[in-house]
Amino acid sequence: MQVTLKIFRYNPEKDKRGRYETYQLEADENERVLDLLEMVKGHHDGTLSFRRSCAHGICGSDSMRINGRNQLACKTLVRDLGDKITVEPLLGLKVIKDLIVEMEPFFDNYKKVLPYFINDSPPPANGKERLQSPEQRERFDDTTKCILCAGCTTSCPSFWSSNDYLGPAALVTAHRFIFDSRDEAAERRLKVVSETSGVARCHTVFNCTLACPRDIQITKAIGELKVAIITGKVE
Amino acid sequence: MQDIHEFDVVVVGGGGAGLMAGLYASRGAKTAVISKLYPTRSHTGAAQGGIAASLGNIEGDNPDWHTYDTVKGSDYLGDQDAIEFMCHEAPQTVFELENYGLPFDRTPEGRISQRPFGGHTNNETGKPVRRACHAADRTGHMILQTLYQQCIKNKVTFFDEYQVIDLLLVNGRTAGVVALELATGKLHTFHSKAVIFATGGHGRMFEVTSNAYAYTGDGVAVVLRRGLPLEDMEFFQFHPTGIYKLGILITEGVRGEGGVLINGKGERFMPKYAPNIKDLASRDVVSRAIYTEIREGRGVNGQNYVYLDVRPESVARYAAQDGRTNPDGTPYVLTAEQLLKKLPDIVDFNRVYLGIDPMTEMMPIQPTAHYTMGGIPTNKYGELVIDDKNTVFPGLYAAGECACVSVHGANRLGCNSLLDILVFGKHSGIRAAEYANQTEFEKLPDDPAAEARAQLQQLCGGTGTENVFDISTDLKNVMFEDVGIYRNEKGMRDAIQKLAELRKRFRHMRISDSGSIFNTELVNAWELGNMLEIAEVTAECALNRQESRGGHSREDFPKRDDQNWLKHTLAWQRDGRIEIGYKPVVITKYAPKERVY
Repeated sequence: MQVTLKIFRYNPEKDKRGRYETYQLEADENERVLDLLEMVKGHHDGTLSFRRSCAHGICGSDSMRINGRNQLACKTLVRDLGDKITVEPLLGLKVIKDLIVEMEPFFDNYKKVLPYFINDSPPPANGKERLQSPEQRERFDDTTKCILCAGCTTSCPSFWSSNDYLGPAALVTAHRFIFDSRDEAAERRLKVVSETSGVARCHTVFNCTLACPRDIQITKAIGELKVAIITGKVE
Repeated sequence: MQDIHEFDVVVVGGGGAGLMAGLYASRGAKTAVISKLYPTRSHTGAAQGGIAASLGNIEGDNPDWHTYDTVKGSDYLGDQDAIEFMCHEAPQTVFELENYGLPFDRTPEGRISQRPFGGHTNNETGKPVRRACHAADRTGHMILQTLYQQCIKNKVTFFDEYQVIDLLLVNGRTAGVVALELATGKLHTFHSKAVIFATGGHGRMFEVTSNAYAYTGDGVAVVLRRGLPLEDMEFFQFHPTGIYKLGILITEGVRGEGGVLINGKGERFMPKYAPNIKDLASRDVVSRAIYTEIREGRGVNGQNYVYLDVRPESVARYAAQDGRTNPDGTPYVLTAEQLLKKLPDIVDFNRVYLGIDPMTEMMPIQPTAHYTMGGIPTNKYGELVIDDKNTVFPGLYAAGECACVSVHGANRLGCNSLLDILVFGKHSGIRAAEYANQTEFEKLPDDPAAEARAQLQQLCGGTGTENVFDISTDLKNVMFEDVGIYRNEKGMRDAIQKLAELRKRFRHMRISDSGSIFNTELVNAWELGNMLEIAEVTAECALNRQESRGGHSREDFPKRDDQNWLKHTLAWQRDGRIEIGYKPVVITKYAPKERVY
């Protein structure tokens, strides 16, 4: 089928501001938007630049705005969109070139929540694994799925208004450790996320939950952090 | 005014092997991890099924069985001392991961859960053993995230989105690497005493692959160009179950949980090819079986694919036929709910890309180019070795898929790669730091970035009509057709000729992007150059080896020939030709015998 593909273009070495270029492509309805971008790069304009790697929704490289919604280009098919497709970079992060945005503010926020396992008690004497029941494991399963694609954080109005809001992805990461029965630093992390740049900036808009390509219940997870802060209990 | 950074150890690549190497090296020496991607984008994250370790959490197991299975899986080409080393380190490696917080799935007793996987057996009964430690079907994702998190915790230094272009060798030692900063187009020199390559594989040179776009064999090509040898390049694994046409991986874990392969006539065909463990035979055996069924006209609707059936009623039926039971003796079943719990990503892939539900429909699959067993030769500590006597090149190391230790020989078992990257990532990191602390820096040449600059300028200077897309499309076709699952002399000679023509066309290739900032076209062109050189080595080594073994199958030499070919291939790029040599296989406990599944 014939697809009209409109792509945001910006060359920092030549352009004062962004512009849109339109390409007409012959595409199968099972093709991914990523395949269309590669087609444009291969047949029409070699300068088109975008990040991508795994091409099947695991690495998070090709997070972008497709027909106005944050999605992974490799997980969005022509059949999901129809014959008029617009591709733009994520909002809220500075555009470097075409569909490539500055990711540092996003990763800086991630690092603020102590995004690593903390347990300073001695490891098991038998040298084996710490025990954890299937129920305990299930408690934080959802938030282990995050691939740091930034689709959530860059769909959030609180983040657009100020990049120092930690943002959904950082909060999801905090949740993953706080609710892991083996981790011992819940209090420290709850302190971080209870600051003004933390969970208070979540106004339950739900854009993050809709944007997540891994179907993580993000708003719910942030809600659980709020409850933990208020009650002083992690359950 | 050059950008020069000084570090004791530099790690090239930020996946599982690179992060592990970085973590360990940084404990002893000033270390930097340089990656062309943000590390969490690395291909380790795509690994699904599990990491093999003989914990014996659900049923009896031990490292010697794991060793034997790996040796047999390698079709007896693996170096048995290294394999034994890796399999004995496996349990503590998995416990180390858990201590880093990795969220493994758990047994009812709270221990790390394990599932059956292809080629992993109880050596007494010959039946599949539960050895693969898993986190749903996202084990690779969890390993990558956990290691990256540990690196952040330990303040490891990263240079993200820097493409290493060249390795600096001075007076028979290394002086570091030169890398292109993607954000600015500037060349940076990393002056170091030791370099660890952890750059992954090169499946992108094949038309249908499970591999990420990033998998263009960068470390392997850089090492080759600097006159160092590569090992066993003819051995490439085609994973049996990739989504038809897309090549996206459907984990072997599906068959571990009871899925079976069905041909176009509705028959479960694996018992014909592997009477004992059937659908859980080693990957090369299964891929060849699928390919044979398709070639003999039994593909679905006569086309190039078969079905993978994991519908609960099928699983129950075939499990009963096979006499498969749960550990408590009850008949093995897989409910739809359990399928969704254990293999959620697989269910998701099918729904997203094919619009089918694996709980009620069969999945169309075909073999997909998946893993390179060959690569940069190392000993079992990750030290780069340069000849048939395993002479160490001081200061150079490699780990993970880009290395050839060799623990996978002619074919890799599932769940052994996640183990490999961690064991050898760790040991290469330790050794590199030790070496760096005992030695001085080698003086940098006057213009260290000169060679890298020349390479990039050459790419920019092409005035032909073809571009990266045109040439890489042809490369992938040639490799998949003629140097793929089944090879023969005529096909490989054709391929070698076509590759030579492609290299000529490559020299005239036009790049339309003349910018410095995120010039992805230039990077893709450089990566294509790597793949063309690696393809040439692969084809030449494949033509040279006149036998079939593991992943290297020849229609004209269908049998394994231990008398003449029980040896590793070494290959050098010299004077525009590929020179081939050999290295003995280390055989300790297991004498080669016929490999039957």
